[in-house]
This record gives sequence, C-alpha cells and structure tokens, in this order.
Amino acid sequence: MGRKLLTEHVNVEGIETFAVYRKHGGYRAVEKALKMTPEEVVEEVKKSGLRGRGGAGFPTGLKWSFLAKPEGVPRYLVCNADESEPGTFKDRFLMSKLPHLLIEGMIAGSYALGARTSYIYIRGELLYVLRILEKAIAEAYAAGFLGENILGSGYSLDLHVHPGGGAYICGEETALLESLEGKRGNPRNKPPFPAVQGLYARPTVVNNVESIATVVPILNMGGDEYAKIGVGKSTGTKLFSACGHLNKPGIYELELGVPVEEFIYSDEYCGGIWKGRELKAVVAGGSSVPILPKELILKTAAGEPRLMTYESLSDGGFVTGTMLGSGGFIAMDETTCIVKNTWNFSRFYHHESCGQCSPCREGTGWMEKVLHRLEHGHGSMHDIDLVVSVAKQIEGNTICPLGEAAAWPVAAAVRHFRDEFEWHVTHPKEATQPGAVYRGNMVLA
Amino acid sequence: MEPTTAPTKPQFSPAAQAEIKRLLSHYPDDRKKSTLLPVLHIAQAEFGGWVSPEVQDLVAETLGLRPIEVYEVSTFYTMFNLKPVGKHVLEICRTGPCMLRGSDELTAHLERITGAKVGETSPDGQFTLKEVECLAACGFAPVVQVREKYYESLDTEKNVNAMLSELKSLVHRPILPWEETGLPTSLNNN
Amino acid sequence: MAKITFDGIEVEVPDGTTILNAARKIGGGIVPPAMCYYTPLKGSGGKCRACLVRVAAGSAKDPRPMPKLVASCITTVQDGMVVENTTSQQVMDVRKGIVEMLLINHPLDCPVCDQAGECDLQNFAYEHGVSTTRYEEERRTFDKIDIGPYVQLHMTRCILCYRCVYTADQLTDARVHGVLGRGDASEIGTYIENTISNDFSGNVIDVCPVGALTDKTFRFKQRVWFTKPVNAHRECGHEKCSGHVTLWYKGQDVLRVTARKDEYGEVKEWICNECRFEKKETSDWVIEGPAHIDRSSVISANHYELPVINPQVIADLPESTVRELERNPPLKLGGMSGSM
Repeated sequence: MGRKLLTEHVNVEGIETFAVYRKHGGYRAVEKALKMTPEEVVEEVKKSGLRGRGGAGFPTGLKWSFLAKPEGVPRYLVCNADESEPGTFKDRFLMSKLPHLLIEGMIAGSYALGARTSYIYIRGELLYVLRILEKAIAEAYAAGFLGENILGSGYSLDLHVHPGGGAYICGEETALLESLEGKRGNPRNKPPFPAVQGLYARPTVVNNVESIATVVPILNMGGDEYAKIGVGKSTGTKLFSACGHLNKPGIYELELGVPVEEFIYSDEYCGGIWKGRELKAVVAGGSSVPILPKELILKTAAGEPRLMTYESLSDGGFVTGTMLGSGGFIAMDETTCIVKNTWNFSRFYHHESCGQCSPCREGTGWMEKVLHRLEHGHGSMHDIDLVVSVAKQIEGNTICPLGEAAAWPVAAAVRHFRDEFEWHVTHPKEATQPGAVYRGNMVLA
Repeated sequence: MEPTTAPTKPQFSPAAQAEIKRLLSHYPDDRKKSTLLPVLHIAQAEFGGWVSPEVQDLVAETLGLRPIEVYEVSTFYTMFNLKPVGKHVLEICRTGPCMLRGSDELTAHLERITGAKVGETSPDGQFTLKEVECLAACGFAPVVQVREKYYESLDTEKNVNAMLSELKSLVHRPILPWEETGLPTSLNNN
Repeated sequence: MAKITFDGIEVEVPDGTTILNAARKIGGGIVPPAMCYYTPLKGSGGKCRACLVRVAAGSAKDPRPMPKLVASCITTVQDGMVVENTTSQQVMDVRKGIVEMLLINHPLDCPVCDQAGECDLQNFAYEHGVSTTRYEEERRTFDKIDIGPYVQLHMTRCILCYRCVYTADQLTDARVHGVLGRGDASEIGTYIENTISNDFSGNVIDVCPVGALTDKTFRFKQRVWFTKPVNAHRECGHEKCSGHVTLWYKGQDVLRVTARKDEYGEVKEWICNECRFEKKETSDWVIEGPAHIDRSSVISANHYELPVINPQVIADLPESTVRELERNPPLKLGGMSGSM
C-alpha cells in the first residue's frame, strides 16, 4: 500500500470541518508558507516536480514562474474545478470530502503568486460542492486563515467560489476565464497567455484542483522529499478515477509507478473486471486520450510492463501508447462495442464544441454523423477512412485543444480496432443486434 | 426557437436580492458581468426551474447588461432551461462511462415509467427528462442529477424506484436560502 | 521594426504587425485568405482558420519552427521570422480542409444568393477547394428570423466569423444581436424578435464575408456583376458617417449603396443607414468616378475601367493635353449614359 498524501484522512469523521481538519495537521502548510518568501514557495513546488493534474501535465512550478508581475496590477490564482472530462471524478471527490485541503492549497498558492483575490471556478452541476466549499471558506475566514492580515503575516487574501453553467469547454483555461467574466465559454486566441493577460486581462495562473491541493503535502514535506516519491519525472502521488467495467470503481490515490496490471487486477485497487469477464480495452487518462487494447495497456510495445506514470503510459507515442491525462481510467470488458463507444465520445465532443472555430465546429459534428452511421450498420469501408481523415483535419488546426481531444479518440479507435469497424460494415445485421459484439480482436487469456 | 412568454414582469425575492448583492462583492466594481452565471442559477431556482426571456431581461437589468449579453450566455450553457420544465428535471448522464454501465437502459426505463421522452415532460407534470453529458460521477454510473442532488448507481430497479419515490415526496419550494442536499452516499466508498 | 521572410520574400514591418498584414504589405498571390479577420474590428480574427500558415523559424533569437500552424491574422511577427504560406504543402492541404469544413453545412445556393460574385467564401472555395464533396449528411438549417426592414439574415449561409457582432459592438451602443447557442448549432440572432435598427446597422452587410447578411432593399434586384460600381460622396449630417460610398448602377438606376472596400474587402470608412438605404438617386451624390474592381473579380467581367495612365507619362505631357484628357476621357463607361 503506497503513501496517501492527499487522502490520508479522508475517512476521518468530520474532516470537512475546520476543527477536525486542523486537528489532523491541517493548515500547517499555510503557516509554513507565510514564514517563507513567495519565491521560496515557488521554488519548493518547482523542486517537487509536480506536473499539472488536470490533464496536460505541465510542470506547476514552471507555470507559476511564468506569471508576469507588473507593478500595481492585481494578479489572480484561479482554481480550475470544472471537472468534466469523461471518466474523471477525482476533483469532485476531493472537494466534497476535503474542502479545506483545497482551500489550504489556494492560500499557499495565492501567497506564492502574490494574488490578493482568488477564485475557485467549479462546474455548475456541482452546486452542492460549491456550498460545501463556501461553508469551509467561511470557517477559514473565521479562523483567520483568509481575509486581512492572515496570521499576522501582513498577507491578505479573499477567496471566492464561482459556478459555471454546464460547458465542458470551460475546463480549457482561457474559456474558463471568459466564463468567469460572465461570457460565453469561447477559448481565447493565444498568445497572450493567461500568465500575462488572464482574468480581466491581468496576470493569472489557472491550476487544477488536485494540483493546488498537492501543494499542501509538498510544503509540509518539502519539495525534495516529495520528488523522491514516484518514478523519474512522474513524481509524487496522483488521484485516479477508476470507472467502467471494474469490480471496484472509485478514487484511488497512487504513488506514480504502480503497474497498470496491478492497478486493474489487484484487490487493493480495482479488483479486476466485473462479472468475471475479460478486459478488452482501456482509456487511461480521460476520454480524450487514445484508447488502447488490453495487450498494449498492460505492456508496452517492447513488452515492458506499463506503469501508471506520465512516461510509461505515453511510451510508444500515439502508435502504441496513450497519455496519463487527467487520470480518468475507463476500463471496457469483452462485451464492449468499440464503435459505439467511439461514437458516444464523438457525440460528446460534438455537443461540447464551443463552435467558435470552423474545423472543430464542423468537424466534430461530421465525425459524429459518420460514426453514427457506422454504428448503426449504414456505413461503408470508405467511411472508416473518412472519419480518420476528418479527425486529421481538425487536429492541430483549432484555437484550443478540444480539437485534439475530439480527434484523438477517433483516430486511436480506428488504429487499434479497425477490424471491428470493418465488421460493422460487412456484417450490418449482426452488428446492430442488441448486445452484439465483435470478438475477433479479443486476446483471450 | 420560440421562447414561451410569461405574463407579468418577474421580480427577485428579497433573499435572492441579498444573495446577488453578496455575489457582486466578490468581483471588481467594474466587473459586474462576472456574476452573470451565478445570478442565472438563482433566477432559474426562483422562477420555476427555467429562465424565460422576461426573467433573462430581469437578470440583464439587475446587472446593468444589455439583454443580448444574457441571451448569448444562457443559450451557451446547458444548465439553463429555456422552456418550462416539470417539477423535477431528471438529468441523465449519457456519456461513455455511464453508457458502459447501462445509461441507455436507464433512459429507456425512465421514459417508460414517467411517460415522457427525453426532452419532454411527463403528462402529470412531475418529471422532465433531459440527457446531459458527463457529470463527473463515472465511478458510480449510471447517474442522474436532479437539481443539486446526484443519484448514483442507478443500475438496479431498486435504486431507481428509491430516487423516484424520494422525488415524489419532495415538497416543491424555492431553493433560497440555499438548501443543503448533502453528499451522495456512494462517495463514501473509498 | 522586424524583418521577416514570407514565402521567400523579405519584408520589414513595425513591431507588433501581424503576419497577415506583413504579407499584405508584400501583396499579390502570397497573401493568406481571411474569412473572419477584419482590420477595423478590434478582437476579430483567429476563428475561421483560413489564414493558417507555417512558421518555419520563430525568430532570429529562437529559430525553432512553431509546432503547429498559426493563424497569421493574430500572430505578430518577430524579427527573423520565416513564414511559409503558398510554399508549404502542409498549409495548402490544411487550407483545402478548412474550405471543406466551411462548405459542408453551407447551402451552396449561390445561384439565388445576392452575395454571389462578391462572396469571400465563393472566392476561397474557388481558389482552395475541390469540386466534389465527401459530406453525405443533411445540411444544417435554421428557423428564419426577421431582423428588420433593411437587413436580410440567411443563417444557413453564415460561417460564424463574428464580424457583425463586433461591428454592432464597436459602432453602435445598443447591440441587439449576437451569437446564440453553441457548437454547430450556434447562430446569429436576437433571441426574442427584435429589430436591428441602429443608425449604423447596415454596416453588418458590408462586413459579412458571405450572403448571411444582405441588403433587403437590393434583394434579388440584380446580380452584382451586371451592376457598375461608382464612387461617390455626399455631405452627411451624421457625425460618424464618412459619406464616402460606392453606388451600384444598373443603367441609370442606383440599385444599392455600400461603403467602400479596399482590396481585401475591408471597409475603412463606415456609412450610416440614411446614406445606404435612403439615398438612391444620382442627384443625392457627388460622383467621383468608377470604383476599382479587381481584375480577378467576376464583377469586372462586364465592366471596363479607364486605362490608368502612368504618372510619369502624364508629367511629360503638355498641361493643355492633360486638361483635355480630364475633360474628355478616352473611353466611355459602358452602360453609363451622359445624363450622369
């Protein structure tokens, strides 16, 4: 059993209250940070090797060091709590169970960045979590950890929670900022980047919930100590959202480096595939990362065991690898129709495209329609190539990464399961029977 | 789209006005527009679960915005209902992880027992069915959200019936001051 | 100043200039197309992706290529930047793809569209598109809405460039239309039935790159290539109106009035609705002469311009000859009778 740095006390009765959280060592990181200089706090985070937990995996400390600091201009730390990547539900878990952990991270982070007002942008569907956070924030104000002159340090901070309105795209940081300004969630053209012109055109850092929460253990144990956990550049622990056809779906905090096979099959974690079935495929990092068939998710193309790390999951590039992404781990059993699942994901991105730039606005809908046709037995062989070609026309040509997020799952599904798509074309009657499934591509144990 | 019109000019309740005042204090004075999404949520809760053009105009007036600025936003975000809805809006997640664990069957089941198709309201006015995308509850699929509450692991008839009978027994009341709905039980599984 | 190389041609432009405007300084066939960017409209650009180019070297300081193609309309130049447009096969392929995306849901109703002949999408498709389609699905349609007596909205033709929204935001103080909905269901609209009735609302017609917003007073009157553009002006009482327009004649009738556009289709001087919709008599205007139409435009097909005489030649002519030439130009304009 690995160390739990974020969720160690998650099952303690009343941990969502300030008093209990404090009794279990809460807010020590803030006390420590306020005795350091902001630069020293940034340095600790840099040393920790923490990589953004929202999906992109960009080093958090580096992101912080890019923040512009013009004299007399307010700067902001904005927490991205717009968790909506299919397969991912760790932030909702963290915020509802450990609201003070996020608040503590926000205080330490805001101090490091010199922000005097910070926001937590939470997806609108999680209004009940917003209320949990607001209650916890009120407690933190009452205890002197928020507001004027925190713990007599001279540093002051206001923290507010802001709900979204139902839009996946607002997880993209510039769309999030637009939304926070009360506008449509249209991603901005970059540059300028938020570090220079973010919220209200002022320097802003946007970080994922888990990234900010992780600052707390980093400060408590020191960046160097934190960096010793994990494998190589994948340092520390990470929350994984396990879902799909697993015996024990849920949130697992892992030290990075656990073998994928162990994660899926060990009783300590997911406990294997439900109903005694075989694993068929895994989407390892949220719906936008490439799907991998069983044999490639368990082992790399070179035959090495694949590990739950940024590097190991991406080993082989997109030809034989995938990405760690947000840690949304979706397992699919032998009865899963890959074509249907690909169409489903495609419908999601079509539904969630903001519609601003033409390749994504038009291309996501086109892909969904072609995949719908294939799934329902009306497709042709040409359609399989067509949908890959459309995906290629979107990828890399859009304002924001939603284009890639929509294109990758489609391209990967055809790459690894082409025979199943072809079977839908050659056997439309069989393929459209309820519960029909193609097993030609299964590697049975 | 042709929004239905309500007869009289709506007004925010004193509680809602106080909440809006509190929200406005969270943003710089010249950035009132930032409160648009939270205020739309308040408006939807206050005025029967949807935002009519009149209600949206009230939001615009309250925040000093042009009405089109509100329309642009209310039509972009999927949580805002632009047409009248039933007493309870069942938002059924249809995305991959929920689909893998039976959201299609759940939707069909809910259509059967409520008598409403997706996008419609049941004849008794109790339930509006709405399909939504990922609700970030994939480990407890399939999932339905009703207002602020998540109903999870709805892959058994027992759980679905429990949800429906709980909803039927709820007295409809304005949501302000904010009611607390508590944690979904399944989140305690870790 | 920054010196960049664009398709092998060196050009020096002030810092902060966009790649697109640097290319326009060179001019000619290497200039990337722009379907959403519009110089006078702040915030425009970056959306249609028609102008994507490859940056083969970011700057003299950091000569690495940029990892993705960039929108040339919003990316500023760096000294030593090397940009590929027509010289990059990748760019040409992507552009072909952008045309396809813009056309899959376009009704292709050019034969009945008033914009035909002066349509940016038509030109873009002609230059970069293919003549077949891979799109088998039903095309997107929208409910028709009426936005007032002057402007006709055809949402099916819209490519969501947002120019009309910026125009209303920046020229008028009470925008009533905007982009509603999301994704490929986004539409230009007013939500509740509303008339766009600001004094400057007609400018949305000129900025629209396609036939989504057209002049109701000109509707179905004439194909543009059968009309003759003539520049004219009047003293307009409206302080923000330039009064500088182009009149579009058929015979002796002024069929429509537009603002003047430059070679990239951009209006630099806005006009008011009175000039545009109410002044359709030649006597309302001081005629300046025929408007320049690009030779590649279909509009020039039925229309002849006076030969442009080299200024050096004119300088060498005796003054009396020059005056005579001014009084009696060597060619008459076809269709324009002596009454004007």
